[in-house]
Amino acid sequence: MKLYNRGMIIAGIVVFLIVATFPFWYGRGKAVSPPDLKLDTPAIQQLKEKLCVETAPYMRANHMKLLAAWRDGAVREGNRSYRTADGRVFQVSLTGTCLECHSNKKQFCDRCHDYAGAKPACWSCHIIPEEVR
Amino acid sequence: MLEKALKGSRGYGIWVAFLLLLVAIGFFFYLRQLDYGLGITGMSRDVSWGLYIAQFTFLVGIAASAVMLVLPYYLHDFKAFGKITILGEFLAVSAVVMCITFIFVDLGQPGRVMNVLLYPSPTSVLFWDMVVLNGYLLLNIVTGWTVLESDKKGVPPPAWVKPLIYLSIPWAVSIHTVTAFIYSGLPGRGFWLTAIMAPRFLASAFASGPALLILFCLILRRFGRFDAGEKAIQTLAKIVTYALATSIFFVLVELFTVFYSQIPGHMHHLTYLFAGLDGHHTIARWMAVSAFTAVAALVLLIIPRMRKNESLLALACIGVFLSLWIEKGLGLVVTGFVPSPVETITDYTPTGPEVAITIGVWALGLLMITLFYKIFVSVRKEE
Amino acid sequence: MAPTRREFLKIAGFSAVGLVLPFLPSLSSAQAGIPLSPAAPGRLQALKAKRWAMTVEPRKCRPGCTDCITACHLEHNVPVIGNPKDDVHWIGLERVEHIFPAEAHPRLPESITKLPVPVLCNHCENPPCVRVCPTQATFKRADGIVMMDYHRCIGCRFCMAACPYGSRSMNYRDPRPFIRKINQAFPTRTKGVVEKCNFCEERLARGIFPACVIACKDKALAFCDLEDPRSEVRLILDKGLSLRRRPELGTGPQVYYIL
Repeated sequence: MKLYNRGMIIAGIVVFLIVATFPFWYGRGKAVSPPDLKLDTPAIQQLKEKLCVETAPYMRANHMKLLAAWRDGAVREGNRSYRTADGRVFQVSLTGTCLECHSNKKQFCDRCHDYAGAKPACWSCHIIPEEVR
Repeated sequence: MLEKALKGSRGYGIWVAFLLLLVAIGFFFYLRQLDYGLGITGMSRDVSWGLYIAQFTFLVGIAASAVMLVLPYYLHDFKAFGKITILGEFLAVSAVVMCITFIFVDLGQPGRVMNVLLYPSPTSVLFWDMVVLNGYLLLNIVTGWTVLESDKKGVPPPAWVKPLIYLSIPWAVSIHTVTAFIYSGLPGRGFWLTAIMAPRFLASAFASGPALLILFCLILRRFGRFDAGEKAIQTLAKIVTYALATSIFFVLVELFTVFYSQIPGHMHHLTYLFAGLDGHHTIARWMAVSAFTAVAALVLLIIPRMRKNESLLALACIGVFLSLWIEKGLGLVVTGFVPSPVETITDYTPTGPEVAITIGVWALGLLMITLFYKIFVSVRKEE
Repeated sequence: MAPTRREFLKIAGFSAVGLVLPFLPSLSSAQAGIPLSPAAPGRLQALKAKRWAMTVEPRKCRPGCTDCITACHLEHNVPVIGNPKDDVHWIGLERVEHIFPAEAHPRLPESITKLPVPVLCNHCENPPCVRVCPTQATFKRADGIVMMDYHRCIGCRFCMAACPYGSRSMNYRDPRPFIRKINQAFPTRTKGVVEKCNFCEERLARGIFPACVIACKDKALAFCDLEDPRSEVRLILDKGLSLRRRPELGTGPQVYYIL
């Protein structure tokens, strides 16, 4: 079988491979250690039991889903309180509940989001109390 | 077949480069719009749709007009259109791509465009417009490309394309009907609230689209060494004539209803459009050009001797296109918002970036048409 | 935000004239007795209704007063952009002839023609904006409030074309720099979404009446459950002829004007 336009095809494949593998060799040797998240806000220190709305592993993996459910529930269904499996009840509010404890958005939210390359759009509308005060 | 678009004369290369430059300029200003917001345009709280949505509306008509070639050829076996049906289908493809791009650049939150699919809303006409436009795009890509490929191989098109081509005929009508429903279904805007909106849209579409096709055929004859044939061009010219006459008739019908009934809420809009209101005359001046051009073009088209003169025909087609572009691509959308629900008269003037983005999207469409037609002409030459 | 002392007194005042009575059944059913997190101190029970409605009596307004607008726009972080093109507002003031063109005629007294009338979203029974929205970002709640989900809006502005009242505003640019004083209890909007009055849905959830109603010292605005025959709105409507904007369109506006 004869390969037509051999030069162009091989050049194309080479360019594709370079572009596709760019992130791997560009980031080589630049190990970034996982971010160190600060949990020592005054509000958290006052808690008897250091427990978020759900357990820490659950929140780490699913906080975005929980927040999306809170968002849709509050805006669209009018559900403004959230009852956990163990019966605790929270007000559904990003600024009022989440940021009340995690008042250090820069050391908590941003550090991990920057590390993971996530760019949530929450703060283009929702207010960060520490920035307004 | 795609590779045929890559080789061409010097003039072809310069033209493609020129269009690419316009697309790049448009894209640059679109990035600025993304950063600043739609406030970079002339749109306002009162006139909340402008040039973008107007271009979309006009181009849906251009897309739908492909049916004026497909229908005579496939339903009435009108052989003269056999050579150029594909031109119509490729024009439709490019026009629909422009439509979708115009909708996209008009969104305040383009990053959320997939919400239309994530939360489908059958009560929204815009949702149905998205459905019919994408369906029409797909139909025309598939049929146009398959038929051209068969031409290249010198075999008749496969049997399965026929049903798709038949389907594309009512579908073409549907895209412009649904687009008209965007406007005519709104209770509070007297200017748009008219049952004749969809027929009017179709009539003006069947004039502006074929007029553009005639111009393309004349250009292809001169620069592409492709002759669509005297008969095809003259038949298209007759289609333009009847459609233009119908379109003018529909506008006059609208004027009668509004001004004889004397209902103020309806009269204000049309007064603003044709005569100006409270010293706001900009749109009325444009409409005067549109009305004059339409009548002049109709005269040129109606008299057979003039219609058969290709220079005059070209002039008439430019006139038809210009006139209907002003009417639909400028006047129709803006006037629906003036006066506003609280009777404010707000003039709308597109800004520089807005015009640059609009030209960029048009250039993108023209670029697609150029490439498609280049492939088409190259395939035809090999036969 | 906890209610200010003045707002609380206002509510107490309402209850004194028997206006809170209709809410009592809903009070008992509304998740009573559930302790809330420390983040929600001193919450009042949510106000609920079968159909929220408002009456506006512009003739009670003091000349030049814009208290309702100021209160609303402060409460909801509505930007003051300062040019009509990019303008955003939830409440506006309009002339009678412009909002009731069918009722206007040259022999109306000046007390009517010169009267600035507050206009806001009518929270229609059959809202065209909801019908046309391609993403259900605008929707109608069971209690009649027409809501915006700013998370979902794609900024197509079909709702602005559909609204026969001009009640909607587009964020043509980032509103944040134009908000004089940010109210932390309510989010701002971002550029590229449409916004409008929400009948203070977020305050009702905390048991507080709408900001405009509370702010009006002349009692020109009343806000209650239309389905409740003893509500203040119904008492006002019972007195005589009231107007709604463009009722011939079949939208069923729930803001009633007494002129």
